[in-house]
Amino acid sequence: MIEIALRMLSGDRTKYLGLVSGIAFATLLIAQQASIFVSLMMRTANQVLDVREADLWVMDPRVRYVDEVEPLRDVDLARIRGVEGVEWAVPFYKGTAILRTREGLINQVSLVGVDDATLAGAPRKWVKGDLSALRRPNGIVLDLQGAQFIWPGEDVPLGRSAEINDVRVELTGIADVSPPFITFPIAYMRYSDAVRLLPPQRNVMSYVIVKAAAGTDPAELGARIAARTGLQALTWDAFAWRSVEYVLTRTGIPVNFGITVLLGILVGAAVTAQTFYLFVFENLRQFGALKAIGATNGQILAMVLAQAAVVGALGYGIGIGLCALFFEVTGGAAALEGFRLVPQVVGATGGVIALILVLSCLFSIRRVFVVDPAIVFRG
Amino acid sequence: MIAASARDVVMEFAGGDGPVRVLHGASLEVPAGGLTLLVGPSGCGKTTLLSVLSGTLAATAGEVEVMGERLSALDDAARVRLRRRRIGFIFQQYNLLPSLTAAENAAIPLVTAGMKLSEASRRAVPVLQRLGLGAHLDRLPRQLSGGQQQRVAIARALVHEPSLVVCDEPTAALDAKAGHTVMELLRSVAAAPDRAVLIVTHDSRIHGFADRIVEMEDGRVLGERPPPSRNDGYQGAVHD
Ligand SMILES: Nc1ncnc2c1ncn2[C@@H]1O[C@H](COP(=O)(O)OP(=O)(O)O)[C@@H](O)[C@H]1O
Ligand SMILES: [Mg+2]
Repeated sequence: MIEIALRMLSGDRTKYLGLVSGIAFATLLIAQQASIFVSLMMRTANQVLDVREADLWVMDPRVRYVDEVEPLRDVDLARIRGVEGVEWAVPFYKGTAILRTREGLINQVSLVGVDDATLAGAPRKWVKGDLSALRRPNGIVLDLQGAQFIWPGEDVPLGRSAEINDVRVELTGIADVSPPFITFPIAYMRYSDAVRLLPPQRNVMSYVIVKAAAGTDPAELGARIAARTGLQALTWDAFAWRSVEYVLTRTGIPVNFGITVLLGILVGAAVTAQTFYLFVFENLRQFGALKAIGATNGQILAMVLAQAAVVGALGYGIGIGLCALFFEVTGGAAALEGFRLVPQVVGATGGVIALILVLSCLFSIRRVFVVDPAIVFRG
Repeated sequence: MIAASARDVVMEFAGGDGPVRVLHGASLEVPAGGLTLLVGPSGCGKTTLLSVLSGTLAATAGEVEVMGERLSALDDAARVRLRRRRIGFIFQQYNLLPSLTAAENAAIPLVTAGMKLSEASRRAVPVLQRLGLGAHLDRLPRQLSGGQQQRVAIARALVHEPSLVVCDEPTAALDAKAGHTVMELLRSVAAAPDRAVLIVTHDSRIHGFADRIVEMEDGRVLGERPPPSRNDGYQGAVHD
């Protein structure tokens, strides 16, 4: 019977193609929107995720996500270092500053200060220069996108000078880093240099990043640090998630995007369900004849499910392929930098499409189940 | 032997202003080894009675037996099984699956019974050959004439060797010549002693093929009338 079901499909080329392209379209729509959403959310966490050296991030208890900085007192660093199980603990500065080019153009940049001694948290992939760039006094390292943004249309040479907060700095390196959620250029400096550029203030230390000693569970160490210092100490993944959650719950972005993704699912579901329903409906007479001849409802269900499985698998495959192609082609654009087809989205989209198809089947099959086999006697 | 019988069958359909009664206690016996023609004006309930008798439609009241089994005593699944094993169906609209070849279409009853399509199609070949379609086994329905399609449908109704073959207006969509051929074939099918053929028609040209003619009017079976002399065939219509 399955064979007959598949022949019914392939024998009706127009509807077959219609179904497959409908599902491909739905898949593309859902996977693409959801991937953009997930990638965007990932950007929130990128600055945390990029610092691979550290197990823990220690911060003021009031901090809710990575871009919300409440500086710590300098003495906190020593107190954290005093907790047992800490391999090392170093300061990490994160803030914003104004960068002025020699041409007089002004850019807001995200300023990151990494520990002078260890350079923990520094970029790992270099486009120009290397880690020694950060050892030069008043040297700054920009992310590639940022450098291109500040000096558009140029292959920016090292040695270019600029001013940050009216202090002269020199471009000593260009790095490839994950794009942040807020797309300011990122300027990396040594911690001591970064702090010196800031207007006078009581506290400047944004975070302390901590490496746990071998054999120490980071989560346990975090709890210990929190208990000893009264600060907040999160593992890197907890902090990354906390940042994602913040954007999810506190901004309008997920709502807007959620609506788009939901719309994708709804449109996809509507297109798929309707085409499939139509296919079954137009074959109602064929199914009726089969029922009159002696096909059971179970056999008919198997036929419809087989048809759904085939068009579903084909359409889904094509849709995912097109989506991958989309991100491949648009990958070069800065706004979509780092956006990709997220594996979880591929899986989830498959689940959604399968669900849509199962529902379409159940919805359409009712028509076939209740169809009176006697309809085939009617003209 | 009586292949199928209906006794005092009442059939009501739900209508706008309450149930509409279409069969008012119709009774009919279909003996094996012959061709029974159920005739009557359009709308008198012939198709409805045929549907009830073949177990595709459940009667509102009355008794129906097919090969000794009382349909009212069977559940849905058992009724489907009975149709699958015991009954062959021929429709006015052929109802062939457009994307299957002639051989595959004829094989469908074997496939619903669990046989693989390729094996079932092979089994259908001799049946199609007997019906004069040996040269058209791999044609799709749309590549066949109406008469040829109806012969494929006949093959489909015979391939599983049913005891009862029911046909609803098998010649209505055919021209005189094709209708004649189809009726010739159905008469030879009915000649098997363990098989009954019941044909519903308002086409008086085919009365000459019948062993028995039963008349219906207004949802009631009036009774039997003698068929015209058997070899008249397709009366006055065929010049081939
Ligand atoms: N499913 C149905 N619902 C309502 N009325 C029906 C249905 N099937 C048949 N009828 C009515 O029953 C009557 C008999 O129909 P039918 O058995 O097809 O007659 P015949 O085959 O003799 O032309 C007609 O008036 C028809 O409209
Ligand atoms: Mg009729």
